[in-house]
Amino acid sequence: MPLQSLDIERRSATTTQPPDQRRALPVAKLIDISKCIGCKACQSACMEWNDLRDAVGTNTGTYDNPRDLTENSWTVMKFFEVEPDGRLEWLIRKDGCMHCADPGCLKACPSPGAIVQYSNGIVDFHEENCIGCGYCVTGCPFNVPRISKKDSKAYKCTLCSDRVSVGLEPACIKSCPTGALVFGSKEDMIDHAEERIADLKERGYQKAGLYDPAGVGGTHVMYVLQHADRPELYGLPKDPKISPWVSVWKGAAKPLALLALGLAAVGTFFHYVKVGPNEVEEDEKEGK
Amino acid sequence: MNKANLIERYESSDRVNHWLVAITFVLLALSGLALFHPSMFFLTNLFGGGPWTRILHPFIGLVMFVAFAALAMRFWRHNVLDKNDEQWLKQWDDVINNREDKLPEVGRYNAGQKVLFWVMAGCLILLLLTGFVIWRPYFAPGFNITVIRIAVLLHAIAAFVLILGIIVHIYAAIWVKGSVRAMTRGYVTRAWAKKHHPAWYKQVTSGSGPNRIGHPGVRRDPV
Repeated sequence: MPLQSLDIERRSATTTQPPDQRRALPVAKLIDISKCIGCKACQSACMEWNDLRDAVGTNTGTYDNPRDLTENSWTVMKFFEVEPDGRLEWLIRKDGCMHCADPGCLKACPSPGAIVQYSNGIVDFHEENCIGCGYCVTGCPFNVPRISKKDSKAYKCTLCSDRVSVGLEPACIKSCPTGALVFGSKEDMIDHAEERIADLKERGYQKAGLYDPAGVGGTHVMYVLQHADRPELYGLPKDPKISPWVSVWKGAAKPLALLALGLAAVGTFFHYVKVGPNEVEEDEKEGK
Repeated sequence: MNKANLIERYESSDRVNHWLVAITFVLLALSGLALFHPSMFFLTNLFGGGPWTRILHPFIGLVMFVAFAALAMRFWRHNVLDKNDEQWLKQWDDVINNREDKLPEVGRYNAGQKVLFWVMAGCLILLLLTGFVIWRPYFAPGFNITVIRIAVLLHAIAAFVLILGIIVHIYAAIWVKGSVRAMTRGYVTRAWAKKHHPAWYKQVTSGSGPNRIGHPGVRRDPV
């Protein structure tokens, strides 16, 4: 969403500070999986607000529909039938962008301003600057961005940055009938999660906890999990962080390689100045 | 210049092939650097913007690979390293200080040129393979994400080594006077050959042993 903003924390492929004069309150979406009934109202609300319609897919034998995130489906309910403690549990997780504090997509993106992170924590794609290289896909630890087959641009959940910027809650939050989705300041959401976790523990979920992974600096979409010790039950990575390959590539390698190439070029020039050309002296004599 | 004193070093097809590789290299280096570091992103303007840079880069890459493969078929035999080359490399300080007379006799190519040849060949194979892995929208979706992550880093490393090698290559051509003419006009002077590639000079002037398969080397006096 391209909006004139004074509160941009980070901007892709930009080495100086973008406009950051105005500080916004860090926000977060809290997804309480223990309250989710899998109604997919949030999916519908997302489609409606963003005015996107996915193609009708095929039934793969699960309730997941569509099967996975796409360029048109920025959030998807994922259903997991698991037996963590010897009894069947039906875990339903709303999948989508986690809005990492240290976003791998933004780190990897080569196009200035194609990805921005607002000081409220929302990580947003500005598709008009997207070049379609897919580096964001490479950088994301959660497998979220999708490249459109139609226009080769990357799409994902915006956390309704357009709604949040005018004081509204994201569309998915508005639609949730059970209160599994709540939105507010990150601090309030953590407090709210603590209450929920205490309640779950009382009801026998000893390992209930908050999923706000530190490996990516925390996220602005958090989950209350009944089994926080085993996030993989929900299809979540246990300790997500930006891949070391991506960190080297878009970290140290970037400035060092450029510096080395620059020094090499300058070095050859000084070699010429110091040693001089390697000429054939007899040329004149023999050429006669 | 007396034509009798000229020796053919590169026939016209060698030169065309070389410059095809050179031009595609420049385009690839510029477009690749544009997507590598933010400070170089302005180079995308040379290619019609960011999306066009992303679209064109891999296709130009294919052209370069094919062109270099053709060049490698022509030149690889002359680039096999031997004992003399080892010694030459050990005396690198004599090389960079213009003390060529102290170096072992150089054939058609010196050890530096040979090393560059193999470095280029290795880098290009790596760039081709990793390039396919990260090529969107066509091939990347078919690869595992970890493979893509490794490929993208290897692609950058190979490109870095290649660009560094070419900086040295271009400089060497400027530094050793007469080299550029060899690749633009095709010939060198006898004195040039004697000084920089004495073993090759002996070979082409002795009449025995072609300097390269099917090419006699010495330019005939036009009379």
